[in-house]
Amino acid sequence: MKAGIRLKSAVCDTEVMVIRAAEGVVACGGKPMAEDKPADGGSPDPEFAAGTLLGKRYIDADDTIELLCVKPGDGSLSLDGVALTTKDAKPLPSSD
Amino acid sequence: MNISLILEMAAEAGADRVGLVCDGRRWTYGELLRAARGAAARLADSDCTFVALLDESSEAAPIALFGAALAGIPYVPLNYRLADEDLAGLLARIAPACLIGDAARAQRLDPEGGHTCLDRGAFTAAAEAAADSFDAAQEGEDIAAQIFTSGTTGTPKAALLRHANLLGYILGTVEFLSAAETDAQLVCVPPYHIAGISALLSSIYAMRRIVMLPAFEPDEWLRLAADEQVSNAFLVPTMLARIIERMDAGNTADLSSLRAIAYGGGRMPVELIERALTLLPDTDFTNAYGLTETSSTIALLGPEDHRLALTSDDPAVRARLGSVGRPLPTVEIEIRDDDGRALPAGERGEIYVRGEQVSGEYRERSALDADGWFPTRDAGWLDDDGYLFLAGRADDVIVRGGENISPGEIEDVLMAHPAIADAAAVGVPSAEWGEAVGIAVAFKPQQQALNEDELRELIRKRLPSSRVPEQIRLRDALPYNEMGKLLRREVRTWFDE
Repeated sequence: MKAGIRLKSAVCDTEVMVIRAAEGVVACGGKPMAEDKPADGGSPDPEFAAGTLLGKRYIDADDTIELLCVKPGDGSLSLDGVALTTKDAKPLPSSD
Repeated sequence: MNISLILEMAAEAGADRVGLVCDGRRWTYGELLRAARGAAARLADSDCTFVALLDESSEAAPIALFGAALAGIPYVPLNYRLADEDLAGLLARIAPACLIGDAARAQRLDPEGGHTCLDRGAFTAAAEAAADSFDAAQEGEDIAAQIFTSGTTGTPKAALLRHANLLGYILGTVEFLSAAETDAQLVCVPPYHIAGISALLSSIYAMRRIVMLPAFEPDEWLRLAADEQVSNAFLVPTMLARIIERMDAGNTADLSSLRAIAYGGGRMPVELIERALTLLPDTDFTNAYGLTETSSTIALLGPEDHRLALTSDDPAVRARLGSVGRPLPTVEIEIRDDDGRALPAGERGEIYVRGEQVSGEYRERSALDADGWFPTRDAGWLDDDGYLFLAGRADDVIVRGGENISPGEIEDVLMAHPAIADAAAVGVPSAEWGEAVGIAVAFKPQQQALNEDELRELIRKRLPSSRVPEQIRLRDALPYNEMGKLLRREVRTWFDE
């Protein structure tokens, strides 16, 4: 995994872009994500079926990984089986 | 990574939402993406190595920018205000290009370049018609934009902005879909300036409707701001000055929807920003500092800083109105001396910056050092709280008998005088010192002008004697480029050899 690549879900339409890379297995709906769309993995594991939201950033508790959702879907994201949470935005005033 | 992601996400979230208003037509995000894809399909079939825009701002700018990105070809917005000779030189450097805008002029200036030239209407129509033939985004050489610097000191440099730089800037500073559907951004900076590109990217990622003013004119700006209930705008100081002039002269356009004005691109006179804060008490002001090579803003002075500075009794806090604020959380800034050593707060040196958005790369070479720091050639210092103050271009420093003198310290003293409208200090040849101080001064109309002795006395009272000018020129006005940058090179020609 490296910053800038896109990962696709095996169970839904979710696509993320890696903003900060970390060691470990990134999964969506409980199934590993990959750069090439993985074979159909069925429906999301109910534990990881809360869905992803377009444009939200997802991080782990230690803030080691950061993913940006660029396409939303029904599965939800995890790193090594631990659910990721959305990152709070710290808005800057518009400067453009 | 590709900046086309920005438009794709906006179209995914709101294909039918209006993203751009230009010349009476309203474009949805879905329509803009379709046109960009059509442009990409046409460009991928061509043999052009650049996609150039030689035009005022219009829908063709975002369509060409994103179309070029999807086709994997660098986008090059050209300054249509350049003289023929200078523009011909740039056209030769990007041949063969697909050129959009003033097709006749491009053909005339570089007939041998093999350019494919289309006027704005033909390009937009072709892009919209080809949308269904778009296949997939191309990688290309990863350069999103090539921007020729204004070349105020010599031949324009071709600054390269990679997709990772521009996307890093947007993802680091803008929250996706953070704008309300009623929000609108009035864009009046020229498309060939970095601020013209960052305005498109930021607004589309925030999903703030872009209201485009093809070329700046203060009454037209006021009319559009009122008619389209504009909420945000970016201005260079000279534009703000002209808008305030029109308001003072009786233009009563309703600006009640205008929540925020960002400004940058040149020195903001403290008097002007104080007048603006008073005239528009409900509008947030943000000062942004950035360079072409840094994908736009690297430091900003936010609305709260402005209010505090205006009302504070603490001189250090008041002085911040003359600063460009603090570095973005996503960039690092250091002040270094001539030997490259980092300087502590309060000491003046050259501004270095590092971060994902910082390209520091030209077609000919990269200016980054081994650790990724970009020397901006801007001089400045940081105060104890991390606020950055600019002190002119490092190249503008006047070296008098081995002593370094920043033009800014002399200009600040002159500008504080109520009769002086504008002032510039430059290095002039001196038999005794190698270089000495020359000043050019413009007085306000109907003000008692100071004579040369009085001007020298004004500086002698406040600054070391080395700052007292050897030569003085009195003029009606000082020369600026269209982005409000003082043309020091021109000022220097006024003085004796």
